[in-house]
Amino acid sequence: MTKVIKLALVASVLAGGLSANDVLKGSGASFPYSVYQKWTKAYYKATGIKVDYISKGSSKGIKDAKARQVDFAGTDKPLSPKVLKQNNLYQFPGVVGAITMGYNIPGVSNLKLSRSAIVAISEGKIKYWDNKLITAANAGLKLPHEKVTFVHRADGSGTTFNYTYFLSKVSKEWRHTYGAKKSLNWPGNQHIGGNKNTGVASLIKQTPYSVGYIDYADAQKNGIVMASVENRAGHYIKPELKAFQIAAAKANLDPKKDFYSIIADPKGAYSYPIVAATFILVPAEKQETNKKVTAFFDWSYKNGQEIAKSLGFVPLPDALTDKIRKYWEEKGIR
Amino acid sequence: MEKIFQKLSLSSASLVLVILIGIFITLFSAAKPAIEEFGLHFLVDPTWNKEVPVEGTADTINTALNNADEDIIEDEDDMILDEDEESQTKTLYGGLVPIVGTILSTLIALSFALPIAMGIAVFLAEIASKNISKFVGMAIELLAAIPSIIFGMWGLYYFAPIISDAFGGYQVSLLTAGLVLGIMILPFMAAITRDSMNTTPDVLKESAYALGATKFEVVKDIIFPYSKVGIIGSIILALGRALGETMAVAFLIGAVYSLPEKITDPTISIPVAMAVNFGEASGLGESALFYLGLILFVMSFIIISVAKFYFLKKVKL
Repeated sequence: MTKVIKLALVASVLAGGLSANDVLKGSGASFPYSVYQKWTKAYYKATGIKVDYISKGSSKGIKDAKARQVDFAGTDKPLSPKVLKQNNLYQFPGVVGAITMGYNIPGVSNLKLSRSAIVAISEGKIKYWDNKLITAANAGLKLPHEKVTFVHRADGSGTTFNYTYFLSKVSKEWRHTYGAKKSLNWPGNQHIGGNKNTGVASLIKQTPYSVGYIDYADAQKNGIVMASVENRAGHYIKPELKAFQIAAAKANLDPKKDFYSIIADPKGAYSYPIVAATFILVPAEKQETNKKVTAFFDWSYKNGQEIAKSLGFVPLPDALTDKIRKYWEEKGIR
Repeated sequence: MEKIFQKLSLSSASLVLVILIGIFITLFSAAKPAIEEFGLHFLVDPTWNKEVPVEGTADTINTALNNADEDIIEDEDDMILDEDEESQTKTLYGGLVPIVGTILSTLIALSFALPIAMGIAVFLAEIASKNISKFVGMAIELLAAIPSIIFGMWGLYYFAPIISDAFGGYQVSLLTAGLVLGIMILPFMAAITRDSMNTTPDVLKESAYALGATKFEVVKDIIFPYSKVGIIGSIILALGRALGETMAVAFLIGAVYSLPEKITDPTISIPVAMAVNFGEASGLGESALFYLGLILFVMSFIIISVAKFYFLKKVKL
């Protein structure tokens, strides 16, 4: 009898161990977490293969990938080819998302924000809504003489990195003074911090005359009004999936540089400017698990488009996914 | 049997000490780089996460930046500085703002909760009929069982707008965080105070009444002096909780690294600074967070032991 129990125990431990090996483990960036989570679920339904992605933040993802603690890691901040080589990692983009300027001005629903206005708001230099930098772009709109409250993320996040990266591209002064960072000691004294996207969303909603950066998915989910943003060509672009897609298609992601590039502020007359790609890192030496990882992303690129769209993200354009597949083949991980 | 029992209880008692020392050592070793870098100046420095050029290289940086200056950077490599690469700037961290925020929010919470908790306890122990006392007592204990995230969300969605309507200023502020913190520590104080009040011997109370004392006089002169030890114990427990509360405060304090000028200004506390930054922190930033944690650890230790040894001794005499 005891033998049977022992056998059963051994068998169950073995089985547990085996099935644990079947799970692809990933960790990292929280920005694309909602998409990856739904992709893994759909992938499991379709193929029976389990993928487990934990949202820990980009820095921890990079750490995990370097320490070989996961099969793949997500990061919003791409690593340079040099660093990838040092750590023996490969890199490719996962999905593209957009950051919007959500605001709350009672009675105003079609605000336009110029590039300089966004920088000035972030720098805490615009005190009131009827500031010239804002009214200049909004002829016909009566903006009140009310204090501007800028809402930002309190926690370190890829969203903040991508937003400050955009600011750095737009403004020389911003680049020199603050740069692109995951968390920032925000200048000025008319700003408040919200914890995670939920916190930012509710602060914008509850604070009249506030404005803040928030990813498109959460802004939409919470019914926050979003401003049209001036792009590089000087057009004011409404935050819409179509505009994000145009931006993603213009992005210059080069497989020769391991896709090392940030796509904020792309060219094109109709591109929405504050877009961000998020990346996947895989350890180069683990060919077999990498094939499983790339199979998952391959499937997701093909079948996960609707899921990504429903969450306010943009599926990668076909031209890009073709490049990524080629990159995989070159590296022998497909 | 006797010996086993003795050893078991001894080891469980010493386990607490071992864990405490273990936590201290871990915190200290993780905080060491930041301690070496900033020293005690950390305690009075109000800047956090501020980049400054490394001394002596300021000129070279400026020329490098000016040379690389184009309005729009085409080559992304110029922009992204990897954490692995050597940078010519260093980042400064100082803990003054979170330290002040922690102390102030705790003080607001205590000064709000203390009188109410005492009122509740007196009501439950002396004034209310047994049925009502049982019912309200249960409600108080349930309040203590609510997870802090719920206090945070409730505070953000429903309480914060009321506060900013009543007092002006921002919705998320020192005041909002302090008041919600006060509500959170209230049940601890009320329940323990009530229990210690209940231990007042009936003989004492009855004799006082027999001498013609009013209810107020009995509460003031018999019950309060008798249960002082328990009351201070409850305050210490609540203080400990208020100092370390994270989730609820993270939603309500505004998480801004600036010293509050008014009570309705947003600021930040140590636990919140640690919680919101830890996910994306690395290197010296991570060490600075551990330094903050060490400060909180030592701070609560000092406050609680002062309360324990000084006040309790004073009361007992």
